[in-house]
Amino acid sequence: MQNANTQDTLVGLFVAAGIAGLFFLALQVSNLSSFTEHESYTVTARFQNSGGLKVKSPVSAAGVKIGQVSAISFDAKTFESVVQLSIDAQYNTLPEDTTASIFTAGLLGEQYVSLEPGGSDDYLKHEGKIEITQPAIILEKAIGQFLFKSAADKK
Amino acid sequence: MVIELLQRLGSNTRDGFTKLGRGTRFLAQTIAGSVSVLPRPRLLLNQMYSVGVLSFLIISISGLFVGMVLGLQGYYILSDFGAEETLGVMVAASLVRELGPVVSALLFAGRAGSALTAEIGLMKATEQLSGMEMMAVDPIKRIISPRFLAGLLSMPLLAALFSTVGILGGQMVGSGLLGVDEGSYWAQMQAKLDFQDDIINGVIKSIVFGFVTTWIALFEGYDSIPTSEGVSRATTRTVVNSAFSILGLDFILTALMFGDD
Repeated sequence: MQNANTQDTLVGLFVAAGIAGLFFLALQVSNLSSFTEHESYTVTARFQNSGGLKVKSPVSAAGVKIGQVSAISFDAKTFESVVQLSIDAQYNTLPEDTTASIFTAGLLGEQYVSLEPGGSDDYLKHEGKIEITQPAIILEKAIGQFLFKSAADKK
Repeated sequence: MVIELLQRLGSNTRDGFTKLGRGTRFLAQTIAGSVSVLPRPRLLLNQMYSVGVLSFLIISISGLFVGMVLGLQGYYILSDFGAEETLGVMVAASLVRELGPVVSALLFAGRAGSALTAEIGLMKATEQLSGMEMMAVDPIKRIISPRFLAGLLSMPLLAALFSTVGILGGQMVGSGLLGVDEGSYWAQMQAKLDFQDDIINGVIKSIVFGFVTTWIALFEGYDSIPTSEGVSRATTRTVVNSAFSILGLDFILTALMFGDD
């Protein structure tokens, strides 16, 4: 048996190391650090097809992440996909005629919303709408069209 | 012949249920006795030392090697698809969700659980426990509850350490040896792992495993036949039963926690 003081120190070190491990997991490994509630505003975009887009998918402009998808729902009247984008409040100068498109990062990557600014002088506001959208490209459809077209060309 | 078999089956089943009942009553007493540990933190501290600190080395070294192997294997598989950058996600997700809690609990059962059973079984065999009762000291409060609390507290810490060391080990092999970009190792990991879904659920798993393993170890020791053979059998049962319970519970917990995206 070691003397009680060293033992206390070792137990203290052990507990500290364990808690440090938990902190490491929380901050370095998971998304907690990027979770610090930024001030943000929400805009709605309606897509013909939102493909594999998910809640928390990134929203980017010019390749820089400026927000994330906060909700996706289906409009049973217009048969469109209604996507809520929450955008960091510091980027509040997006023109009203901004275009939203759904792209895929790489061939196997996740899908994200890309915003292409237009030329209007009015800015998108909280609860605003993005009117011009481009649906996700469905790979099967594109391949199908391509095959169809090349078969037609041969005739 | 047939009747004899049936009789044995019946009595074994009944023994099993009786043991489960005794175990549950034992658990209830242990939890009730835990309150009286609080005014005497020294008891808990001593046990944290023998349960936690002494398991620290085996857990962190195993974690390092498990992480390094995951880094290697993951790299070989992922590079076939040109997706080496997601190595961090693979290593971290498998460690935090499964391997961290499960492997450290298995090691914990082998390192600390067997020691607990042997210690308490030996105390019983040398009549130290009944000696305590004679002196009007409740052995549950004095011996069992501090060990139970120590196991319950140590297990999540050990599992967190296992995952942490493993992720660092995977990074060492992945970006140090095999040339995966260090930035994307961490960035992809942070993008894909969720605090609530992955980290918290992993911690909950490890708490559950710590609870069950310590319970089994203490009960097997307390319930052992007070001979050297009885203690050795109890120690074996601790490791075997803990392994079964950990793996079985892991399946159930995974099905409950990670059911839908």
